Amino acid sequence: MDLAMFLSVIIGAIFINNFILSKFLGLCSFIGISKETKPALYMGVSVTFVTTCASIITWAIYNFILVPFHIEYLRTISFILVIASFVQFVEIFIKKFSQALYRTLGIYLPLITVNCAVFGVAVLNSEMFFKRGINTLTSFTMSALQGFCVGLGYILVMLFMSGIRERLELCDIPKSFKDAPIAFIIASLMSMAFMGFSGFRF
Amino acid sequence: MKKLFKEFFKGIGSENPTFRLVLGLCPTLAVSTSVINGFGMGIAATFVLLGSNIIISLVRKSIPDQIRIPCFIVIIATFVTIVELAMKAYAPELSKALGIFVPLIVVNCIVLGRAEAFACREGVFASMLDALGMGTGFTLALLLISAIRELLGNGTLLGFLILKSFDPVLYLVLAPGALLVIGLLIGGINFLSSKRRSA
Amino acid sequence: MNKLTVSPSPHIKSSQTTKKIMWTVVISLIPAGIAGVYIFGISSLNVIALSILSCIFTEALVLKFRNKGPKAVLDGSAILTGLLLAYNLPPQTPFWIPIVGGMVSIVLGKQIFGGLGQNIFNPALVGRAFLQISWPVYMTAWKNPRWWPDAISSATPLAKEAVTNFSYMDLFLGNRPGSLGEICVIALLIGALFLLVTKIISLHIPLSYIGTVGIITWVFGKEGFFKGDFIFNILAGGIILGAFFMATDYVTSPLTKKGKIVFGIGCGILTAIIRLRGSYPEGVCYSILFMNAAVPIIDRFTKTKKYGLIKK
Repeated sequence: MDLAMFLSVIIGAIFINNFILSKFLGLCSFIGISKETKPALYMGVSVTFVTTCASIITWAIYNFILVPFHIEYLRTISFILVIASFVQFVEIFIKKFSQALYRTLGIYLPLITVNCAVFGVAVLNSEMFFKRGINTLTSFTMSALQGFCVGLGYILVMLFMSGIRERLELCDIPKSFKDAPIAFIIASLMSMAFMGFSGFRF
Repeated sequence: MKKLFKEFFKGIGSENPTFRLVLGLCPTLAVSTSVINGFGMGIAATFVLLGSNIIISLVRKSIPDQIRIPCFIVIIATFVTIVELAMKAYAPELSKALGIFVPLIVVNCIVLGRAEAFACREGVFASMLDALGMGTGFTLALLLISAIRELLGNGTLLGFLILKSFDPVLYLVLAPGALLVIGLLIGGINFLSSKRRSA
Repeated sequence: MNKLTVSPSPHIKSSQTTKKIMWTVVISLIPAGIAGVYIFGISSLNVIALSILSCIFTEALVLKFRNKGPKAVLDGSAILTGLLLAYNLPPQTPFWIPIVGGMVSIVLGKQIFGGLGQNIFNPALVGRAFLQISWPVYMTAWKNPRWWPDAISSATPLAKEAVTNFSYMDLFLGNRPGSLGEICVIALLIGALFLLVTKIISLHIPLSYIGTVGIITWVFGKEGFFKGDFIFNILAGGIILGAFFMATDYVTSPLTKKGKIVFGIGCGILTAIIRLRGSYPEGVCYSILFMNAAVPIIDRFTKTKKYGLIKK
């Protein structure tokens, strides 16, 4: 496992191929929940938790079941079922374990099931880290790492966006552009700024 | 009869999933770099939408309420897998161009959204029209965005060079451009409809 | 009995108005512009003129469209944006490049957010980044200084393919290819001194920005540690222009001193990393835009304590 691959996954997932600004995964929740900082932060943390765990679980399924039995075409169905069940399980667990935590985070969890980012990173892992020349330990660590870093990139962008939108509440934006349109334009300019990271050499 | 046709047209106009409901953005922005890709995605999504709406509407009475979301997901995932495999077999270049966004149709907010909001409550024929309307609206939105991005960002349409002595605006075919185009379009549509309302 | 006028705050009137600030900055940028035109020839005035005119007209149009009275154009901010945008462009571009850049700067960089004081991103940099991404060929068609034998240049000193060796004096005086306004370091520093003396800007952002770039390029610049040529990195490219004139823009930088230092360090880290490891030779533009996006969050976390609140 060399440092270059390590760094390229981290920097790649957070900055170069940021899921929201570059790959457009996780946009619906991004536009919908980035109006205030606190919910944005909670959503970001929840998403990171789910992407990391989902990456690990789907990796196991792909590695131990789908590939050995040559049923990779069942990837879509199995991944999404696993993710949905996992999120459901987490929701029940939080509800039983901490009422306070459920009240702050619980509402976001069902939304995360359909968050493109979660399913997206699982599929991306299965395509990036299951090639010839990558041993099992590497593919596991890289998948988990990418899942985690995708979440970090998500938090970063949500944080920036929520700060900006909170400030824009006081600004004189043209009425037709309030809410969704200006959010997209801000995202466009942020995406432009993130382009500075393109072509990084490790 | 008129009411049923309203179900179809609302998906194209007043409840257009992309411009009005702001749903299903992920594939819209990612694949709209060329009209062919946009059209392919639109057709694929419409097929899944149609299939899932029909089946869910048919079995809506027998699905217990607590596990309805996982059930919907299984049904939708099945259709997505069909589309995935069919595309890989019969349109491999399109499949490669659309990449992970074909399997991602399974978490497309439009599909699950219509299942939850409509198909599990209404009859089969209405659900079918709803699916066709939403799918068409989605495809038309994709076509519009792709046309703008391909024409102004690449000078081509459907692969044919149209604007010859024009330096294409590369910004538009890249990630920031997608966000800009959709932001301006939604803003523009809001503006035009507010003008129409006050007229 | 004289009537007492009651009005809401602010009650203290200062001699600083928006107009004054804008025009002071414009004046401070003039030396750099004169140097640029002198180095590259009178034809480079076109770029400056077109950029400024485009900004003014676009702003007037937008203000008219939003029924806000186009006279606000004269507050100097549009002219400043036009000037800064021109300074970030190569000295010779197709005529429509500064025009489109000006339009994008004003509309997407400023007016869509509501106008002066409400934008998040530096308008001139928005325009410049848009132009660079859309037409990379035109935006990297550099020109050599007038007195060089070849007119067409191969690359700026920062580019990996640069073959000519530039002395520090070359870089300091502007004897190199590059953007119109970033070229002559000494002219920029004169302008920066003027801004510091008139208290328009403070040293927090420029020092932390330039210092961070210097440190990082010194430590990581070449093979092995502590061997980097940090003077070269500070003088070459757009850091002086960016650190003193663009990163310090009131609207798009943090309010508190602590925030400003964080902002400067952030810009510095990003610029250095992009220069050392990214595919773009110059990182100033993207670094500042990136940090602009972080400013609301920086402000939120470096808020000064409110007086009078009882500790919980």
